[in-house]
Amino acid sequence: MGFQTPITSRRAILKGLGGLVLAAYLPSVARAQEAGTKPLPPLVPNAFVRIAPDDTVTILSKHIEFGQGPWTGLATLVAEELDADWAQIRVEHAPSDVKLYANLAMGAQLTGGSTAIANSYMQMRRTGAAARAMLVAAAAKQWKVPASEIKVEKGVISHASGRTSRFGALAEAAAHMPVPTDVVLKDPANFRLIGTDLPKPDTFVKSHGQALYTLDLRDPDMVIAMVARPNRFGAKATAVDDSQARKIKGYLSSAIIPQGVVVFAKSTYPAMKAREALKITWDESAAHKKGTKAIVADYMEQSRQPGAVAATRGNAMAKIAAGGTQIVEQTYVFPYLAHAPMETLDAVVRFDGQKAACHFGSQGPTIDQGAIATALGIKPENVSIDVALAGGSFGRRATASGDFAAEAATCAKAYGKNVPVKLVWTREDDMRGGFYRPLYVHRMRGMVAPDGTISAWHHTIVGQSIMGGTPFEALMVKNGIDDTSVEGASDMPYRVADFQCDLHSTKQGVPVLWWRSVGHTHTGFATETFVDMLLEKAGKDPIDGRLALLDASAREAGVLKAVKELAGWKGRKAGDKGYGVAVHKSFNTYVAQIAEVMRDENGQPKVTHVWCAVDCGVAVNPNVIRAQMEGGIGYGLGHALYASLDLDESGQVVQTNFDKYRSLRIGEMPVVDVVIVKSAVAPTGVGEPGVPPIGPAVSNAWRALTGTAVTHLPFVPGETA
Amino acid sequence: MRISVNGQAHDLDVDPETPLLWALRDEIGLTGTKFGCGMAQCGACMVHVDGMPIRSCVTPVSALEGRDIVTIEGISGKEADAVRQAWVALDVSQCGYCQSGQIMSAVALLSVEPKPDDKAINDGMAGNICRCATYPKIRAAIHAAAKSLEG
Ligand code: FES
Ligand code: FES
Repeated sequence: MGFQTPITSRRAILKGLGGLVLAAYLPSVARAQEAGTKPLPPLVPNAFVRIAPDDTVTILSKHIEFGQGPWTGLATLVAEELDADWAQIRVEHAPSDVKLYANLAMGAQLTGGSTAIANSYMQMRRTGAAARAMLVAAAAKQWKVPASEIKVEKGVISHASGRTSRFGALAEAAAHMPVPTDVVLKDPANFRLIGTDLPKPDTFVKSHGQALYTLDLRDPDMVIAMVARPNRFGAKATAVDDSQARKIKGYLSSAIIPQGVVVFAKSTYPAMKAREALKITWDESAAHKKGTKAIVADYMEQSRQPGAVAATRGNAMAKIAAGGTQIVEQTYVFPYLAHAPMETLDAVVRFDGQKAACHFGSQGPTIDQGAIATALGIKPENVSIDVALAGGSFGRRATASGDFAAEAATCAKAYGKNVPVKLVWTREDDMRGGFYRPLYVHRMRGMVAPDGTISAWHHTIVGQSIMGGTPFEALMVKNGIDDTSVEGASDMPYRVADFQCDLHSTKQGVPVLWWRSVGHTHTGFATETFVDMLLEKAGKDPIDGRLALLDASAREAGVLKAVKELAGWKGRKAGDKGYGVAVHKSFNTYVAQIAEVMRDENGQPKVTHVWCAVDCGVAVNPNVIRAQMEGGIGYGLGHALYASLDLDESGQVVQTNFDKYRSLRIGEMPVVDVVIVKSAVAPTGVGEPGVPPIGPAVSNAWRALTGTAVTHLPFVPGETA
Repeated sequence: MRISVNGQAHDLDVDPETPLLWALRDEIGLTGTKFGCGMAQCGACMVHVDGMPIRSCVTPVSALEGRDIVTIEGISGKEADAVRQAWVALDVSQCGYCQSGQIMSAVALLSVEPKPDDKAINDGMAGNICRCATYPKIRAAIHAAAKSLEG
């Protein structure tokens, strides 16, 4: 077959303001919630909906599809109000244009923080309603009947006179109708698509090897770029000898760039071989040379002192200092983690000296436009990005610096010819490349009264700030507190009179990043295992004990009750099985899980069954929600059980591929049952919130079974530093 | 060097050590077979050689002259049809990047084990990582495909 993908041609207009705009906005995920109440942007149906003469309706998704289902979700919202037939719906990515395609929760074109549905809920429904109104206006004009008498149902426009039309026949006329300034939305009671299981529009191509990812983009003139990187973060290449590489057929050239040494070749395998053949001199004077063990020891020491206060009420410190028999103290260690999406990082950039035409799985086109522009020394409006499907991300494709986008641009500039340059990362590049979930140490101390009430709770967190040192620092770090380090801990839901959560933000030469559910990856684990231990000490049932510490109306209580019923909860242990529960809110979605855990033949935990209750407001696509709960559980469980990204004592990454960075496999995936709690609240995201509860639920089950609390992750350390 | 892919002969002018994966993707233009690890760990690069599933990222093209290579683009037969149908019906894919490899392994499994139980699925699919953890749906789809093959 050998299709070719035009790299330069597709985009006609680019009105985007580019990357610098972003700094004016807070990328706070909490703001997704407010999006519904803020004034909505003007309706531009043409930017989001294209109706073709053949009746197909193409929705342009402003959010990248890398598995979490925004293509399905956004299309459902439009199709609902448009009264389209689901079979006529197609979806494509919108190109980079922040004016049209900004995430309304962030002000930049960016996918993240589980905001896709939350920020699009009203916008996409209004878009669908506006397009419907324009079709109806066109029909009214053509048929000379009042618009109010026209009905639209499942892609058919009709009038009592017997006239009917499908969308395609009226599309051209509708495009010339005025765009309504306001529209009436459906009463949710009349939803026909929202709340039902709809087939996903990206399923067919993904089941036939036809989905196009960045790695699949081809062009006769394309050059492959691969970067030789230093063994330690912060080292720089100072000299390169390519005399051996020159002997490799397909090798073109190489160049020193800030990231290392880039190799150019006609295809991928010669690029790999040539990269291996380079002799590079590195300057390691500024390199990071500290290992995981030393970092953990430092953090342990720091955790003995309170840090900057993130939240406090009463006087937890004094209460605990006064002592008592009911004090529980526990430390936790969370390793660095790589995202390791299945598709490694890649990007295609073509630079003609003035403009850059790019095509890749861009999670944050606004940031990437800015980063590419800076790397090339041009204006962001001269950078266009076509967004490709991506083979996962889990956060990795969005960095504050647009790291790999800028790297691809740097490579294209270094090559210096007006051809598409495709930067390809190998798995080793991915795992050695930094931008990890930070390593954290937590120390928790608490007091519980015999009646199960918690009288004091002191939580100290030590670790790198994700926002620190990025353009977001000034906006996101307040009084020394990066909210992404303490979210889920400083606002933990249980009633405690004397409470404090504090934070030591550390500095290391290891780049860190948000990782599927960000701070909740560790705060959820610490708070939910700790409350479980306190309740055990008071002789309370883990579910009833939690419920007693929550307001009856709390949505945490709702999902706890739902999961209790789903699992037929009978207590913490039955024969050779342990049961553990955890509940956690993230990104305004509430998830409770119960894990059933056994000992396998090696004495290691085997998770056999997980029950999950989720409250994400209106359930737009129940099948996507269930799949995201399953996926979040699998992703969270695999890392909690097996994954750790360690640095040896000289600062080199130990786990560089899936042989040592162990991934969950099919035989390790539990049976998962999901119940979606009915809700009329505006929808919130599901891409991340399935992750936080699984680790603590398993830890609590393991403690029920064995008496041992697992608090240093992963459960099953493989080869460590 | 000449190799046969999906019933078509291709002459390749590459280093004989070139892994089949990169010959397929870069030389022949069949990009449905994916790169995930390059070291036989993830199964994203799974193809069939003489009907057996192999990892194309560690198989040099020099070992494949005269062999019958089939990729996701060319896989056919009743098992392949049943598997693809089940994959679509159950919406197995999330990011989708691993799924070519999953499907190639599932087809190979059903060819030798028409009615696999959960244990056989665990064994037959152990070489395929899905970072999105679509495993429950992969399992359900294999059972569904096996069922459809019975009737
Ligand atoms: S790419 Fe071949 S097994 Fe991973
Ligand atoms: S569907 Fe994403 S890796 Fe399997």
